[in-house]
Amino acid sequence: MNLLNVDNGKWVRVKNFRGGHGIQRRLTQLGFLPGNRVRIIRSAPFHGPLLLEVEGREIVLGRGVAAHIIVEYI
Amino acid sequence: MRFALVGQPNCGKSTLFNQVAGYKAETGNFSGTTVKFKETKVRVLGDIIELVDLPGTYSLLGTNPAERVVLDYLIDKRVDAIINVIDATHLVQGLLLTLELMELGRPMVLAINMMDEAVRQGISVDGEQLEKQLGIPVMPMIASRGQGVRETFRRAWHAAERKTRPNPIPYSGQVEDAVADIKDHLEQKIFPVSRRAIAIKLLEGDPDITRRVQAADQKIGKKVVAYLDTLCHSSTRQAVWMIAGERQTAARDLANKVFSRGEAQLSLRDRLDDFLLHPVFGYLFLVVIMGLFFWAVYGIGSWLEEPLITFFDRLTVNLLSRFGQGGLLAQLIAGTIQGIAGGIAIVLPYLIPFLVGLGLLEDVGYLTRIAFLTDALMHRMGLHGKAIVPFILGYGCSVPAIMSTRIMEDKRDRFLSAALVTMIPCAARLSVIFGLVSFYLGPWAALGIYFFNLFIIAIVAKILTRFMPEDSPGLILEMPVYRIPTLQTVTAKAWFRIREFVVEAWPLLIAGSVLLALLNYYSITPYLDLAFRPITWLLGLPSQVGTPLIFGVFRKELSMVMLAQALGTTNFDTVLSAQQMMVFTIFVVFYIPCISTIVIIKNELGAKRMGFIIGLSLLVAVVAALITRAVLVLL
Repeated sequence: MNLLNVDNGKWVRVKNFRGGHGIQRRLTQLGFLPGNRVRIIRSAPFHGPLLLEVEGREIVLGRGVAAHIIVEYI
Repeated sequence: MRFALVGQPNCGKSTLFNQVAGYKAETGNFSGTTVKFKETKVRVLGDIIELVDLPGTYSLLGTNPAERVVLDYLIDKRVDAIINVIDATHLVQGLLLTLELMELGRPMVLAINMMDEAVRQGISVDGEQLEKQLGIPVMPMIASRGQGVRETFRRAWHAAERKTRPNPIPYSGQVEDAVADIKDHLEQKIFPVSRRAIAIKLLEGDPDITRRVQAADQKIGKKVVAYLDTLCHSSTRQAVWMIAGERQTAARDLANKVFSRGEAQLSLRDRLDDFLLHPVFGYLFLVVIMGLFFWAVYGIGSWLEEPLITFFDRLTVNLLSRFGQGGLLAQLIAGTIQGIAGGIAIVLPYLIPFLVGLGLLEDVGYLTRIAFLTDALMHRMGLHGKAIVPFILGYGCSVPAIMSTRIMEDKRDRFLSAALVTMIPCAARLSVIFGLVSFYLGPWAALGIYFFNLFIIAIVAKILTRFMPEDSPGLILEMPVYRIPTLQTVTAKAWFRIREFVVEAWPLLIAGSVLLALLNYYSITPYLDLAFRPITWLLGLPSQVGTPLIFGVFRKELSMVMLAQALGTTNFDTVLSAQQMMVFTIFVVFYIPCISTIVIIKNELGAKRMGFIIGLSLLVAVVAALITRAVLVLL
């Protein structure tokens, strides 16, 4: 299950990633390390990006990026 | 002595810098790149300190050019002390960078900023305990009010004076073994930072540092590869990840010891996103806010422009009558005044309110919200939400707009947004749109040009992305909390950008109009007009507009300023038809970016891409102007 399948407001845990080094590095910097808790605060309309809460910060991810993050329900 | 300010984006680093720098700061330029950072001199304990404000970075991995600059600077340059600023409300993430910086083995001080915001959120951070844990000086700070600033610099001075090097926190098991062994095999003299830092960078696979170490010592590369292999076999994760994981664990342990969360005092500010990012009202607010912004800029600008233009016109007439009408001296004086007037009366009245307003939107945190809201729309053009920032900046000036494309990780995204941004009518082209079209044909025609411009840009984007399919990951950015900006940061930011115009562009503007006066006096302009004749003929324009168009490449305002000189009258409606005015303006909006923009594009993207963008803009300008001509003829 990736982040796009998660309902708004539900807490999930990061399992791992798909995709290249560049994205992986960037995502780790922003706190998406395996084991960390993530929640979708809101999503923009017209298939827009997701606003996420992770490690006490708010991060915006486009849907393409969010699809790279594999998560599981807590 | 030299101190470097290092911190993550939005940690309040620039606020701190502006607190100590005032308006005296200089922008420095890092050799080989054009990522600008600010430098200033500060007096600490009787010493004059050079203070460098490095771009905000999440880590020292150097994944985008701005971050690369920070890494290169810290590794290669002489830095006597690092002042690391972190946001108290994002302690764990901040400490990740702190731990990485400690590995460099340079004297450093940690400033925990935004203590006021932390209190509001019910967070408390035990600075003394953190100081004990890290073994480096830790200072709580509220940079926006100047609290703790002086003490931070004093402690940095002491750390630099005594050359106290921090002890990095050791990793666990195999990773630590690998780091320690590689470190022992490194020669000290390649870099002025600790060998441990270089060993870690090698394991992280930093291409630049690997290459440089390899050049000095072949064997070390094999050693690194061997360790990468062992680490890879012992875990499902790559070394760069294991290291990131180690730091993450250490940062969380530290935070657990010093961080406590109590009752938060929620206020309207925390509910604001429910309105401003609302799926319906969010866009309504966006239109209203941007509408108000542009309305205010045009309002203030035109209110200032009119009396200033009148003043300079009178001045010209006065001086001309004193020095004789047709003489060379009179021509030169008229040209100089026209150049000066172009800056004071046409550009600055719009540029100043625009930059102040933009700084406000940026510091409040709204620009990021715009990126969130418009991401879906920008995807239609093959870009993502971050590209909206250069687009908005582009309405002020293409130069900062192209510099801001650096916030994008992907090369293709940077190139595409730079190519499109040059076609956005900047404040200089605005003077043509308003001075010619709005003045003679009414504000609706001017508005029409803006919409037509967006329409053409969207089509060009569609065509370009067809040849350059999207492969970038898409939008990744941090949403800052809303902050009330301080007058100091907003004015300082605006001043930096205004000074860029005054120092770099204005002299060109004046020189350009003097040169035109000379060309006019010696009757050389007909030859220039002849060179541009194929295009002016194609567009059905009088051949005299060729020279203003050529000079428009120096500064876009010159097309407007010189049109009067070239046509011999300021009453343009006597020599140009409405259709010609529209075609001329559309052409001016799109064709070849001005010299300063061209230089910036070359620095940012290289000569080849610069050539492409120039060619593209000329082609688009001709096509767009032809469409305008055809449509107006049919109407």
